[in-house]
Amino acid sequence: MNSKLKPRRPLREKHYWEEWTGRIYTSICVVFLIVVMFSIVYFVASKGLSTFFQDGISLREFLFGKTWNPAGEPAVYGALPFITGSFTTTLLAALIASPLSLCAALFMTEIVPGKGKKILQPAIELLSGIPSVVYGFIGLSVIVPMLRSIFGGAGIGIAAGCLVLSVMILPTVTSIMADALSALPKGLRESSYALGATRWQTIYRVIIPTVLPALLTGIVLGMARAFGEALAVQMVIGNAPHVPQSLLESASTLTSVITLSMGNTTMGSVHNNALWSMALVLLVMTFVFVILVRLLERRNRV
Amino acid sequence: MKPKTADKIATVVIVILALFIVVLLLGLLGFILFRGIGQINWHFLTSAPQLLKGGGGIGPQLFNSVFLLVLTLIITIPLGWGGGIYMAEYAKPGRITSFIRLVVEVLSSFPSIVIGLFGLLLIVNTFGLGFSLLSGAMALAIFNLPLMVRTTEQAFRAVPKEQKEAGLALGLSKWKIITSILLPVALPSLITGTILASGRIFGEAAALMFTAGMSSPPLDFTDWNPTSPRSPINPLRPAETLAVHIWKVNSEGIGPDSKEIAAGASAVLVILVLAFNLSARWIGRVVYRRMTASK
Repeated sequence: MNSKLKPRRPLREKHYWEEWTGRIYTSICVVFLIVVMFSIVYFVASKGLSTFFQDGISLREFLFGKTWNPAGEPAVYGALPFITGSFTTTLLAALIASPLSLCAALFMTEIVPGKGKKILQPAIELLSGIPSVVYGFIGLSVIVPMLRSIFGGAGIGIAAGCLVLSVMILPTVTSIMADALSALPKGLRESSYALGATRWQTIYRVIIPTVLPALLTGIVLGMARAFGEALAVQMVIGNAPHVPQSLLESASTLTSVITLSMGNTTMGSVHNNALWSMALVLLVMTFVFVILVRLLERRNRV
Repeated sequence: MKPKTADKIATVVIVILALFIVVLLLGLLGFILFRGIGQINWHFLTSAPQLLKGGGGIGPQLFNSVFLLVLTLIITIPLGWGGGIYMAEYAKPGRITSFIRLVVEVLSSFPSIVIGLFGLLLIVNTFGLGFSLLSGAMALAIFNLPLMVRTTEQAFRAVPKEQKEAGLALGLSKWKIITSILLPVALPSLITGTILASGRIFGEAAALMFTAGMSSPPLDFTDWNPTSPRSPINPLRPAETLAVHIWKVNSEGIGPDSKEIAAGASAVLVILVLAFNLSARWIGRVVYRRMTASK
């Protein structure tokens, strides 16, 4: 070996340690994330499953039982009212928010690109910045009285819940849709115009079919947010433990029941475990939403 | 229908609905500020809440929110930035990296109430920290980390390749390049991302109900001994934040002026979150100008 290269050795040793501090430090951060995710799944699942394995409540009774009466003799733990409540509010919120978001995204990218973005982008960002309890407060002091004066009754219920939720998920859905639309190659639009198509024909025959999976991704992510939202819904939905017959009747969601009852039950009791099972349902639904998003993204790539 | 007419109708509908969103936002902000701003005065911002009589304030809640934010950032910044740097600089495309990506995605889509419950089970009960600021900060850190990792990764990926190559040409180690070349360039977007995340932490309530608790002990602002139970800076005392307070006042408020308190507290919360959003942009711009030669 050439002796002139010898002095480089201490330098390399210094690099060696620097290299490893960085590598180890950042790896620890990532491992921490993985550990956290798995422990969340493990702890929630172990608590949630003990309802079925320890307390002997059948999965069928929990998922499809229509009565929730933990104080009764015998106690009944049917969570169907809350599951239907969660799904109805989420689906209705998505139904209201999606067309609005699509219009906003089209406005930003197709109708008045540039200027439209300048008006709407800050509005969307500010909407997403408003905390959920504030949405609940607005729902309680604007939407509920409004519904009461239009339709009569108490005003609280699924209708109020899904209106609040639809405003909350609006920013999520809009920003994903707008990103998808602006990522579309220009040639597609131009060739459609070159064929003499009007703007609307271009939008609904060319643009929307092309970016459909991405648009659906936005809707699914919005629904994921709506499904897990707790406090805003809890404030306006009324929290009655039965399957509602109309949209204006008081109802409950999984999250609202957990928020209200978790503090009043003792750890380890059957009632408490049943609440953990509901948290497990929320967890499982999160995975369903993530899988849906992944499938849609795969379709988008092709 | 003629295509031209359809086009006109569609355009009008889209424009109306888009403007509806802007009106909605202005209406919401206007409503919150209009209802709440009259409530805000020095007494309201500094005094303790009254349970049964009127005239209470939000002083301790406001302090708790800020203190909790600081604690959360102390936990999240090293972990989140580190994780983001790993994803941007060390992770090689492959199965492990896509698995980590999946983990981050799943973590960020967990409902905040599930994270709160996990905090209740593990941090509050098993670790024995009880309902405390520290438990709350840990739960919020879990809530915040995936977002932080993502923004950090984007910030590092946005650094021009030439900067890194210049460092390699100088014979620097990878970690040296990251800390002394890439980090300063990425810092403006890191700061912007962190402040935006702070706004989200500030308004979060569901994850805190079961970790930081829903009550505050009477605070003695002259006692700065961190171990005393009435000291404001004791991290092991229960702490109700502003957002949790708004929820509590709205859903079980029994005081005669609970409506006004809720309105005032909501206005304070929204003003602070807006301040976070605006300052994020402004500070990001200023730091960017400082760090680079651009004007």
